[in-house]
Amino acid sequence: MTDRTTPPPRAAIDRAGRWVDRAFRIQATALYLFLYVPIALVVLFSFNAGNRTGELRGLSLRWYQVAVEDPFAMGALQNSFVVGAWTAVIATTLGTLAALALQRTPRRIRAVFEAITYVAIIIPGIVIGIATLIFFVNAFAWINPQLAGIWAAIGAGAPPTIGTGLHTIIAAHVLFTMAIVIVLVRARLAGMDRSLTEASFDLFASPLRTFVQVTLPQLRPAIITGALLAFTFSFDDYVIASFVAGPGKPTLPMYVFSSIRRGITPEINAIAAMVLTVTVTLLVIVSLIYRRSSRIAAAQRAAATADAAAGTS
Amino acid sequence: MVRSGARRWRSRIATALLLLPAATWYALLLLVPLVILVVFSFGGRAPEGGYLPDFTFANYLELPTRATAFVNALWMALGGTVLCLLVGFPLAYYLATRAGSQRTLLLVLVVVPFWTSFLIRTYAWLTILGNNGIPSLLEDLGFGHIVLLNTPFAVLLGIVYNYLPLMVFPLYVSLERLDKRLLEASKDLGAGRWATFRQVTLPLSSAGVLSGVILVFIPIMGEYIIPALLGGGKVFFIGNALVDLFLQSRNWPFGSAAAIVLILVILTAVTIYLRVGSRGSGSREVSLL
Repeated sequence: MTDRTTPPPRAAIDRAGRWVDRAFRIQATALYLFLYVPIALVVLFSFNAGNRTGELRGLSLRWYQVAVEDPFAMGALQNSFVVGAWTAVIATTLGTLAALALQRTPRRIRAVFEAITYVAIIIPGIVIGIATLIFFVNAFAWINPQLAGIWAAIGAGAPPTIGTGLHTIIAAHVLFTMAIVIVLVRARLAGMDRSLTEASFDLFASPLRTFVQVTLPQLRPAIITGALLAFTFSFDDYVIASFVAGPGKPTLPMYVFSSIRRGITPEINAIAAMVLTVTVTLLVIVSLIYRRSSRIAAAQRAAATADAAAGTS
Repeated sequence: MVRSGARRWRSRIATALLLLPAATWYALLLLVPLVILVVFSFGGRAPEGGYLPDFTFANYLELPTRATAFVNALWMALGGTVLCLLVGFPLAYYLATRAGSQRTLLLVLVVVPFWTSFLIRTYAWLTILGNNGIPSLLEDLGFGHIVLLNTPFAVLLGIVYNYLPLMVFPLYVSLERLDKRLLEASKDLGAGRWATFRQVTLPLSSAGVLSGVILVFIPIMGEYIIPALLGGGKVFFIGNALVDLFLQSRNWPFGSAAAIVLILVILTAVTIYLRVGSRGSGSREVSLL
């Protein structure tokens, strides 16, 4: 942050300019400290050998052991992984299909669908939590008597009842992560080279084959990014999950939140540090995928231009 | 193009089938519940909580009892948005114009916290502002006993900390696109630094300012975690009132009325955004990625 690249020509005489420049750099440095020191402190205290989060008394991995051996924390972690993985799979599938379909729908339907998609993204989690809770309560109030009726009619004994649980959290998370996937895939489709699809059709490939061999490979970065983002958002969500979670099946954020309410111990820091590691790893994967795909795209574009140039000369 | 009717229909059905799952999800989990929410908000309260069919304005008339939550959320959302803008703009400007070769890295460093757990980022401040954190440090320095946690200050700090990246990113995008030759032209025409900023930079980056403001304002209005953890029941938002009404006291009709008002506030913000936005020119799309 401190070294200077290519100073503007008049900088040497412009003393006021140098002060402005310095002020900007100090402000930026302060903000980066502001952003990262709290996170660093969370990680630091996770290595605390003492009993309290605020006071550091030597370093140890003690609280990591406590966290790993805590059956409630690990159960919640497992729940979060299950919810995140299913959310990613369903949101990516439905979102990609919808994005592909939107290319071919009449403009009016597309506009309505896009509007709902933006609403689903921008609406606060609390509203999504309430909306999905209302849907589930009404749906279960309708379905369970039906099931009871059917079971009574065939004389199969005690009827099953459907209630809240991990599946309801997944359904609620899919609502807004699917919208994010739709936006990502549509952006990618808009920037895609149409001539390849046309070439594939000209070579008598079936629509399905064209999709698998031409469209899908080009969409892959957007789809993978969408899936990882869906997982991250789902893994991170507290508010929506707290509305639609079933009894006794909390996600990790729910567990962390209620632990914080009970009292702060370095165990929370240890869990937080582990969660941070997972998220940062996923972020690195996303950025690597993006960098690779943009490099490949640039290479392809360069090759195409070279071809075109060779063709005209 | 010659296309048989049957084939066209097949293609239409295929498109509809592809769209159907996503449309069902939106309809069942978002649109229908929003309609139910409106119906509930005019309903009566069942003895054991939940909804009783009725048509009454009682829930809306009862809203003033929760006025503090609305007022807190609105003021904090406005204050938080303005603070994010004031703090974020210089950073975005620095990144877009002066950061040089480290620009990409520095930009990534702004965005990374946004993707890490919101709960953990808020929790971080709980320790820092708690009695063992800054207050004990200040006490050692002889400032006396100062309470930071569970104050409006703590909530505002948490808001700025969590939402700053969301503000900086659209600002950066619009400042980065700004044609630098215009700044030089302004300078050559004798305009000072401040005049150039006010007459060239600011108007040309208004799209980013607008996007950042709306991206930050809406989620803060619906915030729950920050006031719950850093406000400690002393500073609460509509979000906290809604959690209480839907999950604890189970007064759904009243909760629905409160939720409708929150949605209306957000819709108003979006409408203002679209109105102001359409007056300018150029695209306003800012991706979050």
